[in-house]
Amino acid sequence: MKEIKRGMKNGIPIALGYLSVSFSFGAIAVSMGFSVIQAVLISLLNLTSAGQFASLGIIAGQGTYLEMAIVELTVNIRYAFMSLSLSQKVDEKFKGIYKWLLSFFITDEIFALSMLEENVSRTYFFGLASISTAGWMLGTTLGAMLGSIVPTVISNALSIALYAMFIAIIIPGMKKDKNIIKVVALAIIIRSGFYYLPIINQLSSGFAMTISALTSAFIGAVLFNKGEAHG
Amino acid sequence: MDKQFYIYLAIMSLITYAIRAIPLVFINKKITNPTIQSFLDYIPYTVLAAMTFPDIFYSTGHLISGIVATIIIIYASYKELSLIQVACIGCFVVVMIELIL
Repeated sequence: MKEIKRGMKNGIPIALGYLSVSFSFGAIAVSMGFSVIQAVLISLLNLTSAGQFASLGIIAGQGTYLEMAIVELTVNIRYAFMSLSLSQKVDEKFKGIYKWLLSFFITDEIFALSMLEENVSRTYFFGLASISTAGWMLGTTLGAMLGSIVPTVISNALSIALYAMFIAIIIPGMKKDKNIIKVVALAIIIRSGFYYLPIINQLSSGFAMTISALTSAFIGAVLFNKGEAHG
Repeated sequence: MDKQFYIYLAIMSLITYAIRAIPLVFINKKITNPTIQSFLDYIPYTVLAAMTFPDIFYSTGHLISGIVATIIIIYASYKELSLIQVACIGCFVVVMIELIL
């Protein structure tokens, strides 16, 4: 119980960040002709930002089912690597049915926060996941119902909350480990290439992000692995 | 779009779930290869970095508020303020700058 509470407390920033992102998801979905229930169902069953935003365009544009499958696979494939990374950090009780149930909640933010733990317990992970999901659902519902009436200044300000949190996770890690400075720099350089260079900036942002993250972590692992058991 | 909607929904939900569940459920052994270990250690940081930059600069209404807020957020993170404090400072800075602009 104490661990669940600690997870929920640490998850509050994620929930707040999710409120703003899912609020825009709900608002955009409704503006594209989806019902409130449909927007909420998508959020409830997917709990992912890029994948959900991409799905709206495919459904509204009557894309093929194959297109939906391929887009979701490429936009979300990063979760497979997070899932793999998490498998190395879960404690002995985090197994069996708990893995089946809790893996649903692997998002960029929940993953990143849980990886700050020495060992990840199922209760702590559940605490993080529950409050974050609550934020995601509340934001979607509110956005779908009243998306058009929130002042822009407020929604602009809230959009930076998640990014702020990411930076607050990355920088303490960089202070502890010089190699992390190098891989982070590499990730930003590659991602910026996908952002600013012609032709390759046509790639979907989810896909470009995944390639940037994997390539930089891979280069880092080959060039500056510690060559000893750790972690 | 009703019946079709549910087919789309099923496809995307199942694929997204499978991607998340399969590695965690089926990999129960500790990986000992140091290169793979380092790779997995770096993944959280590279994912967050690639998600944040350069998108954060364009996340607000104006490039100026995005850049100034980013600098202040980096400083606050360097001082190791809590996540919630950093997030609130970021939002506050954006509101202030956008009200001035």
